[in-house]
Amino acid sequence: MKILTEHINVPGIETIDVFRKHGGYSAVEKALKKMTPDEVTEEVKKSGLRGRGGAGFPVGMKWSFLAKPEGVPRYLVCNADESEPGTFKDHYLMWKSPHTLIEGMIVSSYALGANTSYIYVRGELMYVVNILEKAIQECYDKGLLGKNILGSGYDLDLFVQPGGGAYICGEETALLESLEGKRGNPRNKPPFPAVKGLWQSPTVVNNVESIAATSWIVNNGGEEYAKIGIGRSTGTKLISASGHLRKPGVYEIPLGITVEDFIYADEWCGGIREGHKLKAVVAGGSSVPILPAELILKTANGENRLMTYESLSDGGFATGTMLGSGGFVVMDETTCIVHNTLTFGQFYHHESCGQCSPCREGTGWMDKVLHRIEHGKGREEDIDLLVDVAKKIEGNTICPLGDAAAWPVAAAIRHFRDEFEWHIRHPEKATQKGAVFMREGASWTK
Amino acid sequence: MVNTQTIQFPADTLELVHKIIKRYPEGKQKSALLPILHLAQAEWRWCSPEVMDYVAGLLNIKPVEVYEVATFYTMFHLEPVGEHVIEYCRTGPCCLMGGVDVYDHLKKKLGIETGETTPDGKFTVKEVECLAACGWGPVFQIREKYYMNLTNEKVDEIIEELSK
Ligand SMILES: Cc1cc2nc3c(=O)[nH]c(=O)nc-3n(C[C@H](O)[C@H](O)[C@H](O)COP(=O)(O)O)c2cc1C
Ligand code: SF4
Repeated sequence: MKILTEHINVPGIETIDVFRKHGGYSAVEKALKKMTPDEVTEEVKKSGLRGRGGAGFPVGMKWSFLAKPEGVPRYLVCNADESEPGTFKDHYLMWKSPHTLIEGMIVSSYALGANTSYIYVRGELMYVVNILEKAIQECYDKGLLGKNILGSGYDLDLFVQPGGGAYICGEETALLESLEGKRGNPRNKPPFPAVKGLWQSPTVVNNVESIAATSWIVNNGGEEYAKIGIGRSTGTKLISASGHLRKPGVYEIPLGITVEDFIYADEWCGGIREGHKLKAVVAGGSSVPILPAELILKTANGENRLMTYESLSDGGFATGTMLGSGGFVVMDETTCIVHNTLTFGQFYHHESCGQCSPCREGTGWMDKVLHRIEHGKGREEDIDLLVDVAKKIEGNTICPLGDAAAWPVAAAIRHFRDEFEWHIRHPEKATQKGAVFMREGASWTK
Repeated sequence: MVNTQTIQFPADTLELVHKIIKRYPEGKQKSALLPILHLAQAEWRWCSPEVMDYVAGLLNIKPVEVYEVATFYTMFHLEPVGEHVIEYCRTGPCCLMGGVDVYDHLKKKLGIETGETTPDGKFTVKEVECLAACGWGPVFQIREKYYMNLTNEKVDEIIEELSK
């Protein structure tokens, strides 16, 4: 079942003519000519579609919170900042099939009553900005954007905004600050963007994949969408698969397949690279807890772990993780967990905006301590120090970046404490090139 | 006083600047800052104080409003850089794919460390965080172009091509 990527490999799908030949823009025709904005929102609510940017908040519900005061413009802003390590699905979708996003933008903007919408793309992806702008121009030329779209009386202008290189601008209020031409410092909430967003006007911020999915929902109905998946994990999800896989890449899966199938089946990643064994997975982007092989494949109760929001978080942080943004990073037995945790630690230290002291100072400390452990200068008490710093950041910051920085460190120690201890106790071995701790009796060392 | 008189976009870029400003409501022209800083960097390679003052003038905002933004975002070079700036991803997923070795090879080949520029002014190497291309790592970027699935051999080819 493919909703977003069915035609992604069709030659020329990035052009409007080929895209339309494969059913493109039928959702715009249907929504603008046959449905009211509220009817579109209703279908999205029925679909159970959850935000694909990481938090998984129901899209229809978010839309219904949008304030609609008379005479005040409303905005839809697409979050294409995609900077969470392990995540590259939005990049892939916009690069290969820009019209898939643009069609969703038109339908969603119509539902929200927005007459100007923006797609905020991370600045590094300037070539994708160019691809989108070319596709948008095609839409203006064909009357799919601009005044009185397809004779429906609805007007929409759509613009692409490049960022400047800052992970924090993926946080929705930092993104709005950035779009206003400022530093990307997250705002204190409330007020929420639905009430005071871009230039203090009511604004909805949604992820690329969330917005792209709305076209199919308009065409086929929310109930049809909700039939895909399991329970509250409805529909399909783009998974960015990277690391030690036979076939890394972006896969559109129906939510609910098993993790084991996703990793090993030929239809998906095709297994771990030749001659190696699965050691650990970061299932939802760098912010979510890492899990060792046995816990990613099965829950603590011995049930098959599924690719759903609920199953991945089964067991809480003690034995579970999160679906997050779907950045699925796979590590085999050659991976040094300490080194990987250090790269994440550096990342969050570099990306903290610096507004809150627990995050600004805490990410700096964690980076420093991880660095010394990795480089053979660690002390026995450093492990507990890391756990303590992580605890002090968690929940004490303006935005969730603090938590996102704390969780991966805490989880790496929770599941791979022996590896940190080995680094500290055997620095001469641990600092040798390619050296990796081998846990006795683990499934990946047998 | 900084002399900004010699700094001026060519006519077609200026036209683009005015088009970009029209993307936002009346009085919200500051929103054009990031797009215009990108244009400025494409024109002058780096964002010197003079360039930033010029951008402030174009948008009718205070120079400090440009400085504080240019210093916040990592893509803007605040010091002179070489003709080709190679920005490699140092984050976890690229490291899993052998990134560290490939980047070491790159630096050795150019004879410089991260943050340095070759004496002929041809190449600058910078370390950046995740470029959203993890499944195609190791990755680096030169201007708008992504170079993916890098190996030592590929790095050699790219450098030779750009050295011509
Ligand atoms: C530090 C941080 C980075 C984020 N980065 C992104 C991102 O790159 N893309 C994204 O869609 N959401 C990102 N988010 C989530 C957004 O704040 C927001 O929840 C999301 O864009 C809402 O869209 P959705 O409901 O469609 O997922 C990030 C959040 C935080 C705290
Ligand atoms: S938690 Fe970190 S990134 Fe978020 S606002 Fe505070 S300092 Fe900035």
